[in-house]
Amino acid sequence: MNPTEYFAASRLLIVAGKGGVGKTVVTAALARAASMVGRSALVVEVEGKSGLPRMFGQATPGRSGLGYDEALLHRGGPDGSADIAARTITPDGALLEYLEDHGLSRISRRLVTSGALDVVATAAPGIRDILVLGKVKQLQRAGVADVVVLDTPAAGHAITFLRSAKGLLDAVKVGPINTQARDVLDLLEDHERCQVILVTLPEETPVNELVETAFSLEDQVGVGLGPVVVNGIYEGLDGLDADPVAAAAEAGVTLRPGEAEVLAAAADFRRHRIDLQAEQVERLSERLPLPQIRLPFLFESEVGSAEVDVLARSVLAAIEGLDAGVQLGSRA
Amino acid sequence: MTAPGLDELVRDRRIIVCGGSGGVGKTTTAAVLAMRAAEAGRRAVVVTIDPAKRLADALGLDGLTDEPSRVVGTWPGELWAMMLDTKSTFDALVGKHAADEAQRERILGNRFYKNISGALSGTQEYMAMEKLYELAEETDFDLIVVDTPPTRNALDFLDAPARLSRFLDHRLYRLMTATNRGVLRAVNVATQTFVRTIARVVGADVIDDAVAFFQAFDGMEEGFKLRSKRVQERLRDDDTAFVLVASPRRDTIGEATYFAEKLTEGGISVRSLVVNRMHPRFDDGLAEATAVRADSLAGTAIGSLYRNLADFQLVASREEENLAGLAEKVAPAPVVRVPFLRSDVHDLEGLRRIEAELFA
Repeated sequence: MNPTEYFAASRLLIVAGKGGVGKTVVTAALARAASMVGRSALVVEVEGKSGLPRMFGQATPGRSGLGYDEALLHRGGPDGSADIAARTITPDGALLEYLEDHGLSRISRRLVTSGALDVVATAAPGIRDILVLGKVKQLQRAGVADVVVLDTPAAGHAITFLRSAKGLLDAVKVGPINTQARDVLDLLEDHERCQVILVTLPEETPVNELVETAFSLEDQVGVGLGPVVVNGIYEGLDGLDADPVAAAAEAGVTLRPGEAEVLAAAADFRRHRIDLQAEQVERLSERLPLPQIRLPFLFESEVGSAEVDVLARSVLAAIEGLDAGVQLGSRA
Repeated sequence: MTAPGLDELVRDRRIIVCGGSGGVGKTTTAAVLAMRAAEAGRRAVVVTIDPAKRLADALGLDGLTDEPSRVVGTWPGELWAMMLDTKSTFDALVGKHAADEAQRERILGNRFYKNISGALSGTQEYMAMEKLYELAEETDFDLIVVDTPPTRNALDFLDAPARLSRFLDHRLYRLMTATNRGVLRAVNVATQTFVRTIARVVGADVIDDAVAFFQAFDGMEEGFKLRSKRVQERLRDDDTAFVLVASPRRDTIGEATYFAEKLTEGGISVRSLVVNRMHPRFDDGLAEATAVRADSLAGTAIGSLYRNLADFQLVASREEENLAGLAEKVAPAPVVRVPFLRSDVHDLEGLRRIEAELFA
């Protein structure tokens, strides 16, 4: 499938997965991949503590890397790449904006400072999530970028987060919040405009959790599922099976005492991990018939723009390899 | 004086709280600590937040409920396991503080109340701490190990008791309920307007539910506040040890560092740092030098073997770099490194493998 088509205009990609699977790195890689094929991307994160600027080679001042306003992470250039921007959307920020847009700015500050938002959010669960999703919907509709990539909350709330629209329709039957929820639901259910990209690691528990999440999302939310990202795959190396002593002799190299054992132990570890990962990837394919984007394990854990580029190229290669006949967004 | 090691914590303390971000192996670590205590002859219970079926399987239990189940094993002590049920813990708490059966029923049947456990942020954290307190006060377990929810905000579980009592005691709700009772009707037009505006946005039903809830709750705030104060004290008690669990990935270390700072600010010391999933270090060689050698032998099998070694030397040194600042922050608490395991934990044998690493 042609990546340029994949990142076609007005798309919303929602990146979801459990903590520790590298969701933010994958978000960065997807945005960068879109940029590489000339599609501008806006990354939205919801926790206000993203490491995204660093991943694009920008030093982070203090802890909060992104603000409520858009920041440019990558400027498109003669290489044909498009802009990548990023911003944070918090429930409080989205609420203030929402109220101001609806002529209620009088009460908006007070609602936040008095803590009344807590009561409202408890009375109508999901209201915080719907405010964030409502804002994302507005951005997507306004066409601020060719593709909007949303990095969802880390704490395993992806399902709750995405279910908020449906839940709210039951709790709030009239008024602007109801309208907002309906609009968000329309977007989530529109498989042309919106896809959920689930991220996992090629390990037993993360694979199990991913499969569960995928089925729950389809059954309970009705969202379209895009390809699954399997992150952190050890790449194979030719020659890993060779006996170090023989291989050294063949190349005319002398090994230091003990070096053969060290080389053999390291090779054994990698081979073993590769085998285990292959088993899990296979298990995932069997249990979840969705196309997969497999991203390499980065031995350089300091993720900067060079590493994001590597991952973005893997994303593009994987998308190119996707069968164009595969109807993304359905488990056909 | 050297800081006590993990083994001493397991033998001496009454409560161990395992904290850290999601996906770092908190639940498994908590289970292994409790098992270790049982092996030392203590009666230990592990309370898990995540309804991880895998842990129940590993412990040979059909499933975990909110009542302790005994795990069969060859240890001299006892090992029990249970799962936190936020809703039933909250229900019990309401029952404890309600003036009578009628008040309890009114609250438990309220729609707003039914949302609290799922929607009010921090409720799960608070209930974990409440359960911990209840077990400490009302049972004779020698050791209670609890894992904390994978919170978005590291402070949630520390803050939660205070936040909930603030919530229940909020000026705004007093005004809302007062408005409804008519006491302040004349004097607080601004508040009425405010509440009406909220009602316009979210619907009047929603406000009615909330008002009914706060009315039902009337008179119970004091009991709740007192209880949450005791829970807070217990967390800071010398008999409670906090074990920070992390993985050596840069972002998780960042979160753990933030967590450690907040704990210190909150008057709680980290007694031990457990770092799971460390990559193995095969020798003391430098990645850069090995990579140069690999490059010079590119295309040969020995070149690949050097390339592979260089990869692992790089990842191991990065992990140590990531860890250094955090280790300093939690000092003198010992740092326990647990290597990447070859397979997931499926049974007691799996837990024992981790135990061997944790207490090496």
